[in-house]
Amino acid sequence: MHFLKRLAYTPLLLLVISLLAFLMVHAAPGGPFDRERSPASPEIRRQMEAAYHLDEPLWKQWLRYLGLVWEKDQAGHWRHAPASWDISLRYRNHSVGDIITQAFPVSLLLGALAFGFAMGVGLPVGFWSAARRGGWQDQLGSFFALFVVCVPGFAIAPVLILIFAVKWRLLPVALWGSPLHAILPTLALGLYYAGKVARLLREGMLSTMTAEFITAARAKGLSETSLLLKHAFRLAVLPVVSYSGPLIAELLTGSFVIENIFQIPGLGVYFVNSSLNLDYTVTVALAVLYAALLIFLNLAVDFTYTLLDPRVNYE
Amino acid sequence: MSEPVENRTPNVHGSDERGPVAAATLTPTSDLRPGPSRRAWRRFRSNKPALLGAGYLGAWVLLVILWPLGLGVLGELGPRSAAIAAVYAPDQLSDTQFSPPTAGHWFGTDAHGRDVFSRVVYGAQVSLLVGVVGACVSLVIGVLWGAIAGYCGGRVDSLMMRIVDILYSLPSLIFVIVLLTTLGEWLRQSHFVQQSPTLAKELRLLLLFVGLGAVSWLTMARIVRGQVLSLRTRPFVEASRALGAGPLRILGRHIIPNVLGVVVVYLTLTVPAIVLYESFLSFLGLGIQPPMASWGSLLAEGVNQINPIRIYWWLIGFPGGVLVSALLALNFVGDGLRDAWDVRSQT
Amino acid sequence: MFCVLQGAFVCGCFHRDPPADVTIMNGAEPESLDPAVVTGIPEMRITKALFEGLTRLDAHTARPVPGLAERWDVSPDGRVYTFHLRTNAVWSTGDPITSADVVWSWLRALNPATAGDYAGQLFCIQGAEDYYNGKLKSRGQLGIRAVDAHTLRADLNLPVPFFLDVCAFPALAVVPRTAIEKYGDRWLHAEPLPTSGAFTLGDWRLNSRVRLLRNPRYWDAAHTASGIIDLLPIGSANTALNLYQTGAADIVWDKDLVPFELLDVLMKRPDFHTFDFLGTCFFRFNTTRAPFNDPRVRRAFALATDRRRLVKKLFPTGEKPAFHFVPDSTANYHPPDGLPFDPAQARQLLAAAGFVNGKTFPGVQYAFPAAAGGAGNVQGKIAVELQQMWRDGLGVNVELRQIERKIFYNAQSRLDYDLSASSWVADYDDPNTFLDLFTANSGNNRTGWKNARYDDLIRRADLQTDTARRAEFFRRAEEILVNDEAPIVPLYFFEGFNYFDPEKIEGIWQNALDEHPLQYIRKIRRRASDGGGAPNHP
Repeated sequence: MHFLKRLAYTPLLLLVISLLAFLMVHAAPGGPFDRERSPASPEIRRQMEAAYHLDEPLWKQWLRYLGLVWEKDQAGHWRHAPASWDISLRYRNHSVGDIITQAFPVSLLLGALAFGFAMGVGLPVGFWSAARRGGWQDQLGSFFALFVVCVPGFAIAPVLILIFAVKWRLLPVALWGSPLHAILPTLALGLYYAGKVARLLREGMLSTMTAEFITAARAKGLSETSLLLKHAFRLAVLPVVSYSGPLIAELLTGSFVIENIFQIPGLGVYFVNSSLNLDYTVTVALAVLYAALLIFLNLAVDFTYTLLDPRVNYE
Repeated sequence: MSEPVENRTPNVHGSDERGPVAAATLTPTSDLRPGPSRRAWRRFRSNKPALLGAGYLGAWVLLVILWPLGLGVLGELGPRSAAIAAVYAPDQLSDTQFSPPTAGHWFGTDAHGRDVFSRVVYGAQVSLLVGVVGACVSLVIGVLWGAIAGYCGGRVDSLMMRIVDILYSLPSLIFVIVLLTTLGEWLRQSHFVQQSPTLAKELRLLLLFVGLGAVSWLTMARIVRGQVLSLRTRPFVEASRALGAGPLRILGRHIIPNVLGVVVVYLTLTVPAIVLYESFLSFLGLGIQPPMASWGSLLAEGVNQINPIRIYWWLIGFPGGVLVSALLALNFVGDGLRDAWDVRSQT
Repeated sequence: MFCVLQGAFVCGCFHRDPPADVTIMNGAEPESLDPAVVTGIPEMRITKALFEGLTRLDAHTARPVPGLAERWDVSPDGRVYTFHLRTNAVWSTGDPITSADVVWSWLRALNPATAGDYAGQLFCIQGAEDYYNGKLKSRGQLGIRAVDAHTLRADLNLPVPFFLDVCAFPALAVVPRTAIEKYGDRWLHAEPLPTSGAFTLGDWRLNSRVRLLRNPRYWDAAHTASGIIDLLPIGSANTALNLYQTGAADIVWDKDLVPFELLDVLMKRPDFHTFDFLGTCFFRFNTTRAPFNDPRVRRAFALATDRRRLVKKLFPTGEKPAFHFVPDSTANYHPPDGLPFDPAQARQLLAAAGFVNGKTFPGVQYAFPAAAGGAGNVQGKIAVELQQMWRDGLGVNVELRQIERKIFYNAQSRLDYDLSASSWVADYDDPNTFLDLFTANSGNNRTGWKNARYDDLIRRADLQTDTARRAEFFRRAEEILVNDEAPIVPLYFFEGFNYFDPEKIEGIWQNALDEHPLQYIRKIRRRASDGGGAPNHP
């Protein structure tokens, strides 16, 4: 019931978000047709804005964006004006739908790989350092986790390229097109999140291991390994699960830095470029896409929570 | 890492308190004698990495203050020492471009022949300032917002938290870009800024404070709200209320001291996040502007030089090393404070 | 186990295409491939391969040569052009290309609904500007007429000597009416897309690549050297260099793809090529605001700008310092000398304007556009150097202000700046493409500077048919621009750069417009077994 109610709220939330994003991008000075060169006459510039209805009042542009405008045509009949949300102002031969359907699968794949990497490395490292608390393994693991969280991706990626692609020629320098092309970007993108996951898990484990039921289980003579794996891990992984929601939303919508450095045709570059180029429609569409993903994933996370931790009840 | 992600709580409809971040709990300690702060301090002192980190950061702060002062004094002493001071001025261009580290230029020189060491020191000033002030901006907004929402409860609470939810769901990158560009232009054209040249000069820095603070306050607001909400109904607060204490006394005696720990801990962890975010914005060309520098902009400049033919390693190594070590130190301090205050958040 | 699964999953997500014959790093991602809409050089290179005009530019000299028009007659007064179309010119779908197609394409470019930046290229045709603005009473007044199926007549307002160059411009290219009327803005995704040029569009994925396939029905298809050409959008010079070094690309060409810090090393390599290029980097003064409304102050800034030093520091052995605006290699032209570097005179001028030793000089800002994420920030570097020069030479402290591109250009056109970084690249090989900028009505003036004598000289040059006298008018105009009034200060002339191994690639010749028709470019194959440029990973 609780989840259904939240699901029902979602469209309204998305509408508010799209309005907010719409107002924000339109508040920026300048327009999509401001370039280094102006057209030969100011009239051309005026006509271009008219062709894309940028000269209309903002409320009307908003209605047009949603496809809620009816106009009189030359014959005097009322006609429905097509919705403008699908028209990219920068890539004028592509619709917004084209852009997202081309770029989203790429980001989806890279994001899934990076997520797999982050979990595949982060969880063992976190578990291991918690299990060997205080030992050199813990110090090594914790330091690794902290270190990768502290190095900016735009510094890691070029160094990886320099070593693996330019010096040793083991992997492609950039571009996207084969599994080998995916290795370096996955590493560069996933390392940061692997560190985050490891830190979360370690901390979760440490706090769970002081819990009463663990002490009780230990007193019963359960082996340390099964204690850690069966009991502590199940609870300690909860913070990681709740972090996964925003993490997946972030990964799936692409990363500007990684896509930029590796020349990957994903969605991430559009988040920056569309808002810098004032490509209004793409920016709003991306904001809505991201919000929808985030809301949906958070729902999924909360649902998983009720499965993993019987103490949680949202009703 | 790409765009640094803030921890986002799962409940976008944050009406329920059981969000993991909001669940950051805290042992109520008002009734213990030594006082939470003193106890925390004792624990913090026994944490070696945290102390080391604090010392390292302290050294940087000292350097940031003393280096320009030293150069200034040197500049006043006489023409010869003034010439030396000029060589180390962070904005002084020269013909010795791309010089590797030497006795004269410890960190080498950059594309314009400027001393990289000096630029790293000035970059520290900007980076640390942006980090601390940005975190403080997020602190002020977040604590006010969260405390009001938590204390008022009911309609006000749900409305305020709904706004937080919506802002959470906006991609922070789009938010920051639009904020920096739009607000920048608006402010620049305002009468206020045009009258004051110093303000116009520091406008970008000011914008970064506001912009970075504006994307970081959401988590703070949620944490504070969760704390206030749970504290409000704690037995010791109820007891105090029953004994006739007014709301101000309750806030001052019970709620604020208890929230303080979480807030301070979260604040110290926000600082490195903001420093990192600033470096990311610098990579985008949205951060600090030339000829000013931050650690992030210096590193971004150095990374731009990575190529298979010739690498000016000192342009990457020194800014990068300093940035990473400072972030490590900040995190050590943050972790240390968290352990000291025994805060179970999961940032 | 997990890794194997993940690996299998990944392999399934990539599909293999045949390798390209030639892979080119082409600069920024094309915003559009519609010839009537394109504005950037990288996208124009592609549209020229897809859609041809009546003329095209020669691959060696960049002078106009017959394209879809086989030959043309020019009236003695230079105002009437009659084009005779090739009878063997067909669309890639097999339909003949007729003069009706040309007329339709030109009218489309002149239609405000097409929203092309470069519609103004056609305004030299009689009635075209009024047609665009909807002021023309009847179509008959427009100077574009199809005489018969293969003859087209164009009547011009002025005896424009570079009209044949204009005809080679993408905005005047011939585009397929059927596809455009059927699909609207998305017409380039039509299957099949009829093209009039040497290639058809095989694949266009944003930020990934444009794949061109040889058009077997092109009238000159016999000379099309490659079957498949891939053009990759690359934003960063270092990525382009890395890809080239590791063999993933055969050719790198674009102004933005040259790592300036490495020029001293690159210039010595046999696969690195430079050539004179018709482009100028300069900065504008806002002449409507104090203190730059005073020509003495503007000239003082120009005199205090040491362009030789700027170029020497930032572009070792690369660009050439500029003291005048129109590049030296422009056809039929002898530019004036311009203002030299003379700080003493600069200080005198500044003092005469009321600012002794730069004291009491108001706070002014030098605005420049932010580099796209990850790209080298050349404008920022220039700004840093200029700031120091003016501080040393004039005692004036100029603030630097980096602005996001769109906002920067908007502020520049609204004259909301003090000093502003600029550059200009020629549309065609003629001084007019540069000097026309600063006439009073030009949308690209952006300095607020108006000078009746200057406008008059440009007008007289435009009307002049004698080359030498025309050049003289232009020269006198430029003297006003760079010597007397100085609303702008030229900094350096662009040098063209590209890299490709001449042992492996042929069909590229260097010319001042950076014009390299794709149809002649090919990879030299010694062994038949040589694969494509990109490394093949199984």
